[in-house]
Amino acid sequence: MGKKIFFISRRMLLFVAGALGMLLLVLFFNATGIFTDYIVQIINISLINVILAVSLNLINGFTGQFSIGHMGFAAVGAYTSATVTTLIAKVTPRLPYTEFININGYIVFILALLLGGIVAAGIGFLIGFPSLRLKGDYLAIITLGFGEIIRTIFNNIDYVGGPRGLLGIPKFSNLIMIFVITLLSVIAIRNLVFSTHGRALLSIRENELASELVGVNTVRYKITAFTIGAFFAGIAGGLQAHLLQIAHPTQYGFLYSILVLIMVYAGGMGSITGSIIAAFALTFLSEGLRTALPGLGDLMHVKIGDEWRMVVYSLLLIIIMLFRTEVLMGMREMKLLVPEEEEHHGQHA
Amino acid sequence: MDSMLSLEKVTHYFGGLKAVSNFNLELPDGALYGLIGPNGAGKTTIFNLITGIYTPTEGSIKLMNESIIRKKPYQIVHMGIARTFQNLRIFGSLSVLDNIRISRHYTVGKSKHTGNRKHKESSDLVQTNLFDSFFRTRNYLKAERQITDEAIDLLKLIKLDDVMHEQAKSLPYGKLRKLEIARALATHPSVLLLDEPAAGMNPAEIGELMDLIHFIRDNFKITILLIEHHMKVVMGICEYIKVIDFGETIAEGKPVEVANNPRVIEAYLGKEEGKCS
Amino acid sequence: MSTFFQQLLNGIQLGSIYALIALGYTMVYGIVRLINFAHGDFFMIGAYAAYGLYYALGRLFGAGNPGANYLVLFLLVLGGAMLAGGFAAVTANRVAYKPLRDKPRLSSLITAIGVSMFIEYFFSALPAIGPSFRGFPEVFPKTIIKIGTASVSNYVIIDVAVAATLMVVLTLLVKFSKVGKAMRAVSQDKEAAKLMGINIETIIGVTFLIGGAFAGVAGLLSGLTYPRIFPYMGILPGLKAFIAAVLGGIGNIPGAMLGSYIMGIAETYANAANSLIGEGIAFAILIVVLLIRPQGILGEKTADKI
Repeated sequence: MGKKIFFISRRMLLFVAGALGMLLLVLFFNATGIFTDYIVQIINISLINVILAVSLNLINGFTGQFSIGHMGFAAVGAYTSATVTTLIAKVTPRLPYTEFININGYIVFILALLLGGIVAAGIGFLIGFPSLRLKGDYLAIITLGFGEIIRTIFNNIDYVGGPRGLLGIPKFSNLIMIFVITLLSVIAIRNLVFSTHGRALLSIRENELASELVGVNTVRYKITAFTIGAFFAGIAGGLQAHLLQIAHPTQYGFLYSILVLIMVYAGGMGSITGSIIAAFALTFLSEGLRTALPGLGDLMHVKIGDEWRMVVYSLLLIIIMLFRTEVLMGMREMKLLVPEEEEHHGQHA
Repeated sequence: MDSMLSLEKVTHYFGGLKAVSNFNLELPDGALYGLIGPNGAGKTTIFNLITGIYTPTEGSIKLMNESIIRKKPYQIVHMGIARTFQNLRIFGSLSVLDNIRISRHYTVGKSKHTGNRKHKESSDLVQTNLFDSFFRTRNYLKAERQITDEAIDLLKLIKLDDVMHEQAKSLPYGKLRKLEIARALATHPSVLLLDEPAAGMNPAEIGELMDLIHFIRDNFKITILLIEHHMKVVMGICEYIKVIDFGETIAEGKPVEVANNPRVIEAYLGKEEGKCS
Repeated sequence: MSTFFQQLLNGIQLGSIYALIALGYTMVYGIVRLINFAHGDFFMIGAYAAYGLYYALGRLFGAGNPGANYLVLFLLVLGGAMLAGGFAAVTANRVAYKPLRDKPRLSSLITAIGVSMFIEYFFSALPAIGPSFRGFPEVFPKTIIKIGTASVSNYVIIDVAVAATLMVVLTLLVKFSKVGKAMRAVSQDKEAAKLMGINIETIIGVTFLIGGAFAGVAGLLSGLTYPRIFPYMGILPGLKAFIAAVLGGIGNIPGAMLGSYIMGIAETYANAANSLIGEGIAFAILIVVLLIRPQGILGEKTADKI
């Protein structure tokens, strides 16, 4: 047993310290101009994608369900939280929200984020129910349909801008804010999956009937996985809306859901570490291609549109599926994420 | 007689097909019974009825005089019935230890935690909920430790402790069968249902298995009902045998009586003057 | 009353197009248990092939000029759409799905999503095609026929007739031909079919070929009827046809036809009532079916052996 300092193990402290170190490094590079604001923005988006990938991994990778409408939950979180903050910003125009020192503004933001997460969790709870009767591909279609329905609904609600999207969202999300929330989300999900509840989820993935017949309430756990996964997706959606200052129905389409799915698969089903690395790698790859491909086009004197980026992405997905045996991490975790007492008998086989 | 598990007039239809018909069974506390019959006789269906996977069309099933009909499978496990499967259903990519720890999970999921209060039974666990695991509270860590310790103790008893950190699917077949039995035992059952535990085993492993079943019955003081095709196992360890065919009981009694029963011989080998088919 | 009848006709027309797509979904699912997400894109490829072929032939034979033999031209374009759809399906099967046959089903499902995305973006990335809409030519001159108070375009008749002919041919093929019997055998039990000397991969290939060819035809018909084509045009009809297949009972050929007509008619009426309902009706049907009767109208319940 490791020494407990406020119930936090030494290893977890090391993990947090390491992450904070990286944050400081980024802030330092940004201050000295080595990292442009553009790079910091990509890091912001990567961090948000980390939350999305890890939370989808909880549903697909750990519990063995098959959800491909994850951005639907993010949309719910984004619209909910952004509606609250824009409303309050309108009612109390004197609060300078965008300043970090303004505590009131941030309290409002955090509460709005939580609300967004909770509403998304409520939707996740409902979406969990079809998972009780449906498996695999059928469930995939239902979740896909759900994502599209959510989008259609936001597209048709005038109060949140309809097809124009919700504009003028106050910019609350910044690197530090996103970093802290991402870190907390990752730790929460890590704590969950390395617990007895996490093992219950894994057993559903491994063999649902056997799981039920060793006493796991599989109904409850499947719905729990959807609820918790949706909660964090909602938080991520809220963070993103307050970073980009817009919530638009097309932001939460099928494509983004698939990108998150690729992150989960590329990183390894059931590996938090893998999802983190893949979220960063693929976000940077995507942004890199956005600049590299037109650059390449300039060299070859042809115009290369954004579509080629998606061609590369989809080829990547096919190649991963065709050649993967254990992509990136497989089911392994980095040591810092494995609790000391699970050193030998975690699922990192 | 003190009956642990009793099935009365249990009948089950699949569509129009009568899979189990008017089946009765009284399983006394501490008994070791065998259930045999040709393929498709309805043996596994009876297990599925007892464990709540199917609900019987008619009849009653009681565990210690409490009806378990319409209970969910996991609730029936909590009440004290555990089983193994004819086709192995192991949590393959998890470690052997985790396979066992999952069985000890259910006491942990029950809403409120009970602090350090002493429990009647030593096997009872400190209960924790999701939030305990999110925040890794002291209580929670204690419960986790207790689960792990119990699981390791069980593996030592069953002699699987040398492979406890291995991935389950890497084990040889005989050990997988053993692991499945251990996993069922880890739910602390009063009744253990074994579905063809000797299937696919070699003679040496079968000898070990018979010892293991005896050991379990004596050591854990539980009641065992066993489906088996392997006559050496059934005749060797069961005290009482029920033979079914086409969902109906065709004979029952002590192993010697059953073995000499003409209807049993007929069910297994066909009628002597039967036409060639 | 006449609008009611008019809508019914429109619904049947739309249903015919869905049916041609849905058949491919259902046949492929019946045989390899794969929801071929890229199936809607074979539909798109068929439409583009027809478009390209029409203009190519037009240059050669002066089609579009008065006096051209429209029937021959139409049949040539139809054949081209079939070939293109079938070829795309067979290629996708060989390259992306075949290597994953023994892997978990979800792997091939995700691969199918990848294939679908690849086809769509590749088409819109190609300078010759591009992401924007194109008007579809009147391969066959459009005429309006009056039946009582309702007016019917000859395209309705073409759509329904082509779909009906192909469906009859398919039904006969599956029922009586050697290949059809082999297909049914493979969908029942792959292992047993293999032991009976059936070359599974050939049969799977034939299934993809037929499914893709039908989708290609649907692409042509859709281009004629709703004269606008673009690289993403397969997504929604594909999804709706899939839902129609689920509604009828996936893996079941008559089910796919029935489901498609129900879907087409329901969507037409819903759209007439309110466009938002029209957009959502397919998913609403899906959710209701999956919750009430997941095996679909004509499908059979399957149970896992425990």
